[in-house]
Amino acid sequence: MTATPAIQIDDLRKSFGRVQALDGLDLTVQPGEVAGFLGPNGAGKSTAIRVLLGLLRADSGTARLFGGDAWRDAVELHRRLAYVPGDVSLWPNLTGGEAIDFLGRLRGTVDKKRKADLLERFELDPTKKARTYSKGNRQKVALVAAFSMDVDLLILDEPTSGLDPLMEAVFTEYVRETAATGTSVLLSSHILHEVEKVCDTVTIIRNGTSVESGTLDELRHLTRSNVTAVVSDDPSAVGGLAGVHNFATAPADGGTRVTFDVDNAQVGSAMSRLTALGLHSLTAAPPSLEELFMRHYGDVLPGAESAADGADDTASAAPTAPGTAGAR
Amino acid sequence: MTAVAQAPAVPRPSSGSTLTGTGRLVRFMLRRDRVRLTVWTLSVVAFYAYFAVALDAMGPEALAGRALVMETPAGIVMGGPGYGIENYTVGVAIANEGITWVVLALGIMSVLHVVRHARAEEESSRSELVRAAPVGRHAPAVAAIVTLFVVNAVIAVASAFALYGASGEAMPLVDSFGLTVGSGLAAMVFGAVAVVACQITEHGRGATGIGLAAYGLALVLRSAGDIQERHGSLLSWLSPIGWAQQMRSFVDLRWWPAALSIVAILLLLVLGAVLASRRDFGGGLVATRGGRADASARLRSPLALVWRQQRSAFGWTALGMALMWYASGTLLPEILQMGVSGAADNEMFQAVFGGTDPAVFRDGFLSAMMLFAALACAAYAIVMSGRAKAEEAAGRAEVLLALAVSRSRWFGAHLVVVGLSTVVLMAVSVYAMWVGAVQVGMDEPGLAAYTDVFWTYSVALLVYLGLAAALYAWVPRFASAAWLLLVYSFVVGMFGAVFNLPEGAEAISPLDWLPAGFGEAPEAANMVGLGAVVAVLLALALLGFRRRDLQSN
Repeated sequence: MTATPAIQIDDLRKSFGRVQALDGLDLTVQPGEVAGFLGPNGAGKSTAIRVLLGLLRADSGTARLFGGDAWRDAVELHRRLAYVPGDVSLWPNLTGGEAIDFLGRLRGTVDKKRKADLLERFELDPTKKARTYSKGNRQKVALVAAFSMDVDLLILDEPTSGLDPLMEAVFTEYVRETAATGTSVLLSSHILHEVEKVCDTVTIIRNGTSVESGTLDELRHLTRSNVTAVVSDDPSAVGGLAGVHNFATAPADGGTRVTFDVDNAQVGSAMSRLTALGLHSLTAAPPSLEELFMRHYGDVLPGAESAADGADDTASAAPTAPGTAGAR
Repeated sequence: MTAVAQAPAVPRPSSGSTLTGTGRLVRFMLRRDRVRLTVWTLSVVAFYAYFAVALDAMGPEALAGRALVMETPAGIVMGGPGYGIENYTVGVAIANEGITWVVLALGIMSVLHVVRHARAEEESSRSELVRAAPVGRHAPAVAAIVTLFVVNAVIAVASAFALYGASGEAMPLVDSFGLTVGSGLAAMVFGAVAVVACQITEHGRGATGIGLAAYGLALVLRSAGDIQERHGSLLSWLSPIGWAQQMRSFVDLRWWPAALSIVAILLLLVLGAVLASRRDFGGGLVATRGGRADASARLRSPLALVWRQQRSAFGWTALGMALMWYASGTLLPEILQMGVSGAADNEMFQAVFGGTDPAVFRDGFLSAMMLFAALACAAYAIVMSGRAKAEEAAGRAEVLLALAVSRSRWFGAHLVVVGLSTVVLMAVSVYAMWVGAVQVGMDEPGLAAYTDVFWTYSVALLVYLGLAAALYAWVPRFASAAWLLLVYSFVVGMFGAVFNLPEGAEAISPLDWLPAGFGEAPEAANMVGLGAVVAVLLALALLGFRRRDLQSN
């Protein structure tokens, strides 16, 4: 792509005293892209976002928005973006409606119609003083303010903490709607299915450095599929195939139930062997991001995988949530 | 089937069921508040004892002079109805002047205590946990009142003995009890008002406001009544503060006015109980008014927002300062008269106020008053400049700086609002005192002298703001170090002449650059110098804030 990326971070470093919050982070968000920014609490997501917003000064490396310097050109760049922090703090003596108007006016004019629609969809009472709002309601104020703005980039830092599932759905819908108009989105989260639902690409951050990034499909290549099948013949030979892990069998109605994980590169050969054994039923679940997490927050980094095979097996033996797997 | 066991009968509610659990709640509240209540108790008892000792140290002549001050309208507002003013002894002075303030302190304690336990708990839904247990509907409020009674009783008894002890047993114990019990009961009336207020409003802040407003009303009624007529008129008898003062402790003690407080407390509690039975848990009788759904057209810049955040604090401070300095102005002739005679045989007085010559003493005294006025404004500047730090820590600065708002615009808005507020407060203080003084016929010094004082002090005040802002911008952790300059200025301004400090050391205080005498023409070089210091500090502040990381948790 030749267009200037909406966000470009290269080898970004930032430390607070002896704590290295960002340690060579790379992150790129192309125009119109919805990018997930995944990592556990304390991984450095919020620090990276604060550097992007010019609130923190990087020690080294570059952080650019629309090609401009995030620190030096902060005010100009901010005209083109909206930001929702993870823990929204509002002025206690302003009502929610006043806060939304005020935030909108600092960028431009407030679209009354859009504000009213958003208030209705998010079921927010704008006449209450912010001091009486719950965490979820404060979050809604910031979301309404952000979505009612006409911007080129939305930066959302764990924006759904405090929202109930219904409101999360409304949020997801608005992110999709906004993205459809060509707005780029950076969505930081530690909730996997939130990212899976809306994001085109994902960058995974751990200890201040990006450990993986790519489209969801690309990332799944790095993982294994989880296979459960019932076959009539003895399946033990499958367990010896290259790329098959965690092989287990159990008696089942009409044969033997077999479960295993298989590297995606080896799925074909495993399937043909299973078919030859007289296949009764088969489920193959794509790996969820949960598994990606298990790998990256377990002490296994890509590249060290074969060396640490034993540890890897224990990691992926952890139960996965079938509901979240393959949501796309 | 006939073998089905009968369902266990629901226990019949007994008549006392709305109070079930009160005893346990009382113990719980006393335990939770053990530190808070102990501090209140010790503070009030210490205030009584200190007041007695300090008045005793003045000697009979100074007390007689003090009695003159207490006959002026401002003296009556800050003091009382004037029982025993002809023979102003320590006990009489405490009863006449102290009750207003003791009832204020205990009243605040009572209102806060009741609101804390009867409304704030409900607001935070902590008491949902308690009320889900076998605890009666009225139990929390009743337990709050019971604990309040216990605390007030302890304070009354301890204070009575403290007065008795501090006066070397010169003050009759029974009159001491009359004073402390009367004050405690009057304060509990405001606590009972708070109980009613807690049923009416949904929020603790509203209930606290009603309770404190009740004290304000009582003070106005009492003052107006006492100004109308020495020893009080009908208006004085409408005020709980008046009831305590009308017991005439140390003059001609009578107990029956205390009954008025007791009756008022009981009536208010009955009213509170009736209202409480008619409302829902968590609700108030008056639903909270919704605020605006849209911001007013003016709220469109960081400057407007900062003003919106600070305007009520500014308004109340301005009102308080205006009243205080106006009252001080009306008291000036009496105080000066009393002071000149006092200074004759007190070297310390002479050193601080410049001598015994009436005109010199007057200007020295006025300068000392202005020092207090200026330091109060400087304190306001330091406190309010701290709001920027609070906004940053709470993450609200982040929300604005992530929009198209530059660092300088955001911080500059704070500096402009605080700077202007501080200067206006200084103007309010200076001119309120002038108005008060003119009203009692004190035409010297004239308006021009006051104006000189106002503008020169204003420049010096901005140094405190500049220092606080620069510290916050460069080393946020030490932002409060600006207080050191204020304390230092006070010591130098008040006692510099006594300590004989080297000249350079005195000049660290911005106020030392101003003319020593009241209304003297300032030295141009000094004022330019002060202005330059202000400009440098403010520029440093803006520069420093632009280049540092934003701090939020």
